[in-house]
Amino acid sequence: MAMRMLQGVAGLLLLAQISVASAVLNIEIIGAGEHQIPVAIVPFGGDDKLAQAINEVVVGDLQRSGLFRMVDTTGKTPHELSEVSYPDWQVRGADALAIGTVATLANGRIEVRFRLLDVVKQAELVGQLVAANGEQMRAVGHRVADLIYEKLTGDTGVFSTRIAYVNRQGQKFSLLVADSDGYNEQTVLAQNEPIMSPSWSPDGSHLAYVSFESGRACVYVQSLYTNQRMLVANFRGSNSAPAWSPDGKLLAIVLTRDGSSQIYLIKPDGSGLRRLTTSGAIDTEQNFSPDGQTLLFTSDRGGSAQIYSMPVSGGNAQRVTFGEGNNFSPRYSPDGKGFTYTHFVRGKFYIAVQDIQNGQVEILTAGGWEKKPSFAPNGKLILFASEARGRGILATVSSDGRVQQHMFTQSGDAREPVWGPHLQ
Amino acid sequence: MKKLVIGLVLVNLLAACASEKPKETQVAAPAPAPVAEAPAPAPVVVEAAPAPAPVATPVVETDPLNDPANILAKRSVYYPFDVSAVQEADKPIVAAHAKYLSEHSDRKVRIEGNADERGSNEYNLALGQRRADSVKKMLELGGAKSGQIETISYGEEKPKATGHDESAWSQNRRSDIKY
Repeated sequence: MAMRMLQGVAGLLLLAQISVASAVLNIEIIGAGEHQIPVAIVPFGGDDKLAQAINEVVVGDLQRSGLFRMVDTTGKTPHELSEVSYPDWQVRGADALAIGTVATLANGRIEVRFRLLDVVKQAELVGQLVAANGEQMRAVGHRVADLIYEKLTGDTGVFSTRIAYVNRQGQKFSLLVADSDGYNEQTVLAQNEPIMSPSWSPDGSHLAYVSFESGRACVYVQSLYTNQRMLVANFRGSNSAPAWSPDGKLLAIVLTRDGSSQIYLIKPDGSGLRRLTTSGAIDTEQNFSPDGQTLLFTSDRGGSAQIYSMPVSGGNAQRVTFGEGNNFSPRYSPDGKGFTYTHFVRGKFYIAVQDIQNGQVEILTAGGWEKKPSFAPNGKLILFASEARGRGILATVSSDGRVQQHMFTQSGDAREPVWGPHLQ
Repeated sequence: MKKLVIGLVLVNLLAACASEKPKETQVAAPAPAPVAEAPAPAPVVVEAAPAPAPVATPVVETDPLNDPANILAKRSVYYPFDVSAVQEADKPIVAAHAKYLSEHSDRKVRIEGNADERGSNEYNLALGQRRADSVKKMLELGGAKSGQIETISYGEEKPKATGHDESAWSQNRRSDIKY
């Protein structure tokens, strides 16, 4: 069962290995979805250079999802509906066709007018104007890709969302926010002391994280709009593992001020501290269920690290992972029906998912140095920290395990990634 | 080779005496070369030391903390995987520091717990904290006062040795006693 997920096997069956080289990072895709939708994306008309750049973003996004096969557009360049000859695209095997024009306005804004056409039914699926400031060219591309993805798969697109992660280079640590494809990264915090456990506020406006800048682990919350930051937890010992409640009104954090690592609730302004667990063991890495009622967390109360579940209102915890090995870092799927986590067995880390109702476990990766998974907001992809060529990298795997993507940042080790929410 | 080591020890001792400052922990701590020597952490220099003891005679009140021949020169204890209790072999080290702290109530220590990279970063932060806290507990049992001891954890964030192997991991599963 797990065999079909192995990279080599998937590569033999249906090889789709694309390498997008750039100054920023290098992306490799391994494997392909079970049913790929053949789609033709004609570079938009108008400003050629801009159109080309946007086309690269759109095509890159769709390919990385593993759900699309790009149909060759050579020799055919329709930009308006009147220029489309459907038989041309039926011959090439395309199910869908995207066309459009792009223009830079006098005020510097970019405007894309595009249409997505059903080649088989010869009908328009979407006709939309996407506009943005000139420097947000990539954002325009991600938006177009989201619209295409949504129309053709029925799921919400996540190309316009952002991710956060920590980059470690020697003694230097930076907290970064980037587009979902790893590009367009922005430094939130850079220092010579460790940074851990970034966590997005549900509205995407703030990051909570752990910084050692005071000499030990403390929890901070920082606005991504104003960069204003606040020290939320600075108690004796370690302050760590911030997790937001779905309504953004509470943080669950881990403190050692009363002994071993235990879970507490606190308001994001640092007030209203309340202890939640009293195990005397290590309790950490808590994550709220989407309905805000339950926490999943890692604990060694049974003798070694496993995942437990407990009501946010308090009460008994129940163990939810069993079998050989240890389990860490649980995170709910957006629909709350399952969770992803790190499975450690016989010296290797794997990314796994478990169904909450029936307990069924699926190992999604081939194993290695794979840690800290988190779902994309549409539940279709999982972002995690991996390692390749001796470096810590960002990686994604589709939630069915079929498609993996490796993102090589320019330098240093990428750690502790977490996928952000849809911006509201 | 041995001569050279003794020579170094002499130099260290002289330096320690000359500078007299209690802060001079660097001199006494024979930190192992980061990656090269795997399982046996520190002791090479210390073992060779007993001979030159007389050198210290001119200064009567030497802080034993600055004496590389003293067990107090050992400032690290090591652990098996996912274990946080001080191991038998390291108990004399912690006991010696406990005694020293009980006799020097003005001195303070910071215990820094560390973990190898196997486990999640947050779990390892918790494990490192538990390691540091278990050293603290032993120091207190040995007569040190709680107020003299601060504990923190770096988890797996500040590895002394890098590499995905036991020789690196064994060095990183560690608590450091820092004055």
